[in-house]
Amino acid sequence: MNLTSYRRMQLYGGLLLLPAAVLLTTFAYLPTITTVINSLFLPGFRGAPAEFVGLENYQVLFDDPTFWKVARNNLIYAVGTIPTSIALALGMALFVNGKLPGRGFVRMAYFTPTILPMIAAANIWMFFYAPQIGLFNKLLGALGFSGVNWLGDPSMALGSVIVMSVWKEAGFFMIFYLAALQGIAPELKEASDLEGTSRWSFFWRVTFPLLMPTTLFVLINALINAVRVVDHLFILTKGGPNNATNLLLYYVYENAFSFFDRTTAATITVVILLVLAVVATLKFTILDRRTHYQ
Amino acid sequence: MPSLETVAAWLLAIIWVFPLLYAFWAAFHPPAYMVRFDLFAPLTLDNFKNAWAQAPFARYYLNTFALVTGVVFAQFVVCTLAAFAFARFPIPGKNVLFMLVLIQLFVFPEVLIVENYRIASELGLINTITGIGLPYVASAFGIFLLRQTFKTIPRELEDAARIEGCNWLEILWKVYVPLAKPTYLAYGLVSISHHWNNFLWPLVVTNSVESRPLTVGLGVFSAPETGVNWATVSAATLLSIAPLLIAFLLFQRQFVQSFLRAGIR
Repeated sequence: MNLTSYRRMQLYGGLLLLPAAVLLTTFAYLPTITTVINSLFLPGFRGAPAEFVGLENYQVLFDDPTFWKVARNNLIYAVGTIPTSIALALGMALFVNGKLPGRGFVRMAYFTPTILPMIAAANIWMFFYAPQIGLFNKLLGALGFSGVNWLGDPSMALGSVIVMSVWKEAGFFMIFYLAALQGIAPELKEASDLEGTSRWSFFWRVTFPLLMPTTLFVLINALINAVRVVDHLFILTKGGPNNATNLLLYYVYENAFSFFDRTTAATITVVILLVLAVVATLKFTILDRRTHYQ
Repeated sequence: MPSLETVAAWLLAIIWVFPLLYAFWAAFHPPAYMVRFDLFAPLTLDNFKNAWAQAPFARYYLNTFALVTGVVFAQFVVCTLAAFAFARFPIPGKNVLFMLVLIQLFVFPEVLIVENYRIASELGLINTITGIGLPYVASAFGIFLLRQTFKTIPRELEDAARIEGCNWLEILWKVYVPLAKPTYLAYGLVSISHHWNNFLWPLVVTNSVESRPLTVGLGVFSAPETGVNWATVSAATLLSIAPLLIAFLLFQRQFVQSFLRAGIR
């Protein structure tokens, strides 16, 4: 290939990239940069120019107990949803990978919540959690217990939100485990049967280690979701009562669009971006060689 | 006698479908039967009539349909071009550029809602369906998937097409795109279900019936302060999920495989 045609190919390739580059710059790179800049300024009052304050906004944020409450909630939310949904997903995959009467139905049942919008799922769960006529309290009442204010009691609310999230996510993760299980060579099982290995130790010594890459992949996705998905809060709790279920991204939304405090919103967004950067680094260092991308 | 494992698997399955079945129960029975499970309870479609009368669902359907088709079409075009460039063209700093694209796998438009809102409003896109969809068009995920697929296509096919006198765009259209059909199907289904279900960004960027998609309409409709009764909310919920749910029941295998294929690559 001569030099001019090489140059022309470079140019052509650049042109092919152009639409994506423009859009990514507009909706990902520029907003990231301006968010970081905004977090370093205080907005000017009545047309006065914005004032550079360095890390002062972070100081203010870190001194705010509500921020720490929300950050702690998000951590509890992650710890509450991720291991449970991953364990359930693995259990589900093992169930439907084996011989099981009505396997098609069972598999569909597990996966269906994945297809629903989070908003619709939250609507349905709202009926379960409602204090007066909700199904859970009716059930408790029938058993002779007094009802619980599932979403209104600060000590219960986050747990209730977590339970719904686990229901929504487990079936999605199951799919990845199911695929991984089907990729395990059947000879391994045959060999272990000849050796007389118990199913239990076969699972812990062979299956589980072989599923490790899948677990990591699922874990990364679950971590991202724990930060990103807050739709259900709009229906279930609006972050309440008294911020008991508020999560970082919902707090950004509140600050920006309810309190009109763009500076605080920008500062929290930078914190979220840092968390996502850690997750991304984890993904690219641990998982890069395994060709597991989102 | 079923094994313990079978019982556990079925029990879990019943727990998992129960919420959806319950929504069906509530939607098709009078409100008085919300928590009274009577096999002979009268069936009714009144809840659907009420929901349909109390919110402009027809408009929401139209908006969601326009959004989903528009986004998927635009993603196909933009991601195909970028993926083709990454797979086959010598571009200076290509690896760095590709890593930059992959950043979008983590930095989603909804994480940057405040600044993206400002940008959308400067572009005059507030309260438009374009405004809901545009931030998602240059999807890193789509570019990645298609690039992987394009890389597996043998160069000999490309050379043959060039001998026939095809230019680059013709080669893309006649050789690469047809061979990547399964990838387009998988990505398309994942993208459709994502945008059908998306909520936070559409909520922020829309403020009236004219542009709201179903999820936002449903969210507004069922907010506790609107005082709509729950049988009606159930009906509205089913209305919003019906098309996607029916599609899923019909094309279950394709959906599951798409999520898998799109996830694992």
